[in-house]
Amino acid sequence: MVLALGGGLLTLALTLLGLLLFTFVISRVVPIDPLLSILGERATAAQYDAARLELGLDEPMWKQFLIYLWDAVQGDLGTSIRSRQPVLAEVAHRFPATLELATLGTVFGVITGIPAGVLAATRPGSIADQVVRVVGLMGYSMPVFWLGLIGLLVFYGQLDWVAGPGRLDATYQMMLEFQMTQYTGMILLDSALNGAWDMFRNALSHIVLPAALLGYISMAYISRMTRSFMMNELSQEYITTARVKGMPEWRVVWVHAMRNVLVPLITVIALSYAYLLEGSVLTETIFAWPGLGSYITDALFAADMPAVLGGTVVVGVAFVTLNMASDILYRLVDPRARA
Amino acid sequence: MTTLRAWLTDPSPTSRRQARLGQGYLAWLRIRRNRLAMAGLVIVGLLLLVAAFAPLIAPHDPLMQDLSRRLLPPGTPGNLLGTDDFGRDILSRILYGARITLYIIALVAVTAPVLGLLIGTVSGYFGGWIDAVLMRITDIFMAFPRLILALALVAVLGPGIGNAVLAIALTAWPPYARIARAETLTVRNSDYIAAVRLQGAGAGRIIWGHIVPMCLPSVIIRVTLDMAGVILIAAGLGFLGLGVQPPMPEWGLMISSGRKFLFEQWWVATMPGLAIFLVSLGFNLLGDGLRDVLDPRSAGK
Repeated sequence: MVLALGGGLLTLALTLLGLLLFTFVISRVVPIDPLLSILGERATAAQYDAARLELGLDEPMWKQFLIYLWDAVQGDLGTSIRSRQPVLAEVAHRFPATLELATLGTVFGVITGIPAGVLAATRPGSIADQVVRVVGLMGYSMPVFWLGLIGLLVFYGQLDWVAGPGRLDATYQMMLEFQMTQYTGMILLDSALNGAWDMFRNALSHIVLPAALLGYISMAYISRMTRSFMMNELSQEYITTARVKGMPEWRVVWVHAMRNVLVPLITVIALSYAYLLEGSVLTETIFAWPGLGSYITDALFAADMPAVLGGTVVVGVAFVTLNMASDILYRLVDPRARA
Repeated sequence: MTTLRAWLTDPSPTSRRQARLGQGYLAWLRIRRNRLAMAGLVIVGLLLLVAAFAPLIAPHDPLMQDLSRRLLPPGTPGNLLGTDDFGRDILSRILYGARITLYIIALVAVTAPVLGLLIGTVSGYFGGWIDAVLMRITDIFMAFPRLILALALVAVLGPGIGNAVLAIALTAWPPYARIARAETLTVRNSDYIAAVRLQGAGAGRIIWGHIVPMCLPSVIIRVTLDMAGVILIAAGLGFLGLGVQPPMPEWGLMISSGRKFLFEQWWVATMPGLAIFLVSLGFNLLGDGLRDVLDPRSAGK
């Protein structure tokens, strides 16, 4: 068990190293001269040389990488060219919005995906199975940004069931910024903690559409995997034993089989969570959601490379860590995987 | 027809080609029974036809602007799916856009799997430290968030169709390497490989001539399944303005240009999205069916 944990952590460290190497290489092939973008066009040759020395750009590449690595480990991801603020501070400010969205999306995905998968697995070949399969494949095939636009068009533009883009209406936004303690940066939690239920309702009506759409994508994946795990489990002998004993079918499926299905499903849910963190990039641009994804795309269009790469590193670290955490958790929970 | 079928289903084939074609015929029969897979095949076939004959079927020039006919709704005579903000015919643009989509997925389909095959077979054949190093690299790439990395790559290399393809291919190869390695491990100790080696064949010849063909079926299935994802990422890059550049009729780009008047002229953004959805659904259905038919491991499930 300790060995599994150690191996997992080693892989995690190596993967993060690879990620940083990747962004480092990218940042060095940028055709934009980092010095010109910092100093401006009119810098003198002396200023240019001084900045070059200060940033360590005269050092050999491997040394530059070590410096980059050391800075990154200490939480220094560079300075944004637009705002002159440290990238990490800006990203930390944006992260809760993305986290809130992806978490709610995953919750939607789990509470719809698992029952759908179980339904399909217990009646293979039936109409229900076909429907789950097709609905799932449709989720795999939807461009998420297009789905977002259609969702806005129908539920906001036509039906007016939900609030539009953004996290809050403007009045509540002011209230949040000037009158409340922001404990977590996640508005649903913060407004509830402050007892501001009007604001909570408003935030909910803003988040429900993007979260449901992301949830659909994650439901497609979760239902499909649940189906295949559950079918595999239902063909085991202990299930036959339970049935022969006369155990009610719901108990066989939801208690006995489900307990073993949940083990590999942890990995699936963690993966889809990580995927939503990443997939929110496009969704956030549609819903004007001030999260990490829109931070990266905004920086992209302002040619603010430190911000783009810093954001990429943070998403990458979250993604990789979730991946590895699920892997380690899986080994801890499933005794068969320990060998 | 009946003689052909009899020849194909002959239980004792007289030549290797007959056996192979017979296997193919049986697989085809199994796919034909799978209605969803057939639907996928039809969609993919339609994409190919539309891309090939776009100039013949498109009613208008996809780039021709006509500002007197801006933003006409679907169903207007002459503009079946309406027109966009430059008065260009949306149907014609979607039909021509099939060419761009096909171009992108074809390029990715010939680069990423080849890279993956190379790394996977070399890794599996040689084993030892080569295997350890290559597989670690694969694992690392596998753990990366694909869209974000493609985004960062294109941001650095500059927007454009070539760079978009490069970015997608560079993030798409790891699964192929895994599959190819797994297949290689199952065949590398078989007798026929030993026989080839005893005849004096070098590692390159064994891998290319005798191992790669064994990996192809599973890799091809995976490619079909992956194509839907590639289409979505390419469209996403186009949507963000990082892929194909205007005025090319790329579907993602068309959606992004229709975004400005989503609530007034909904069709400009909706129609190209339907095309993306349909094509990527086609690849998903086909890949799903192919896997059921050709992959005996999942057929039992």
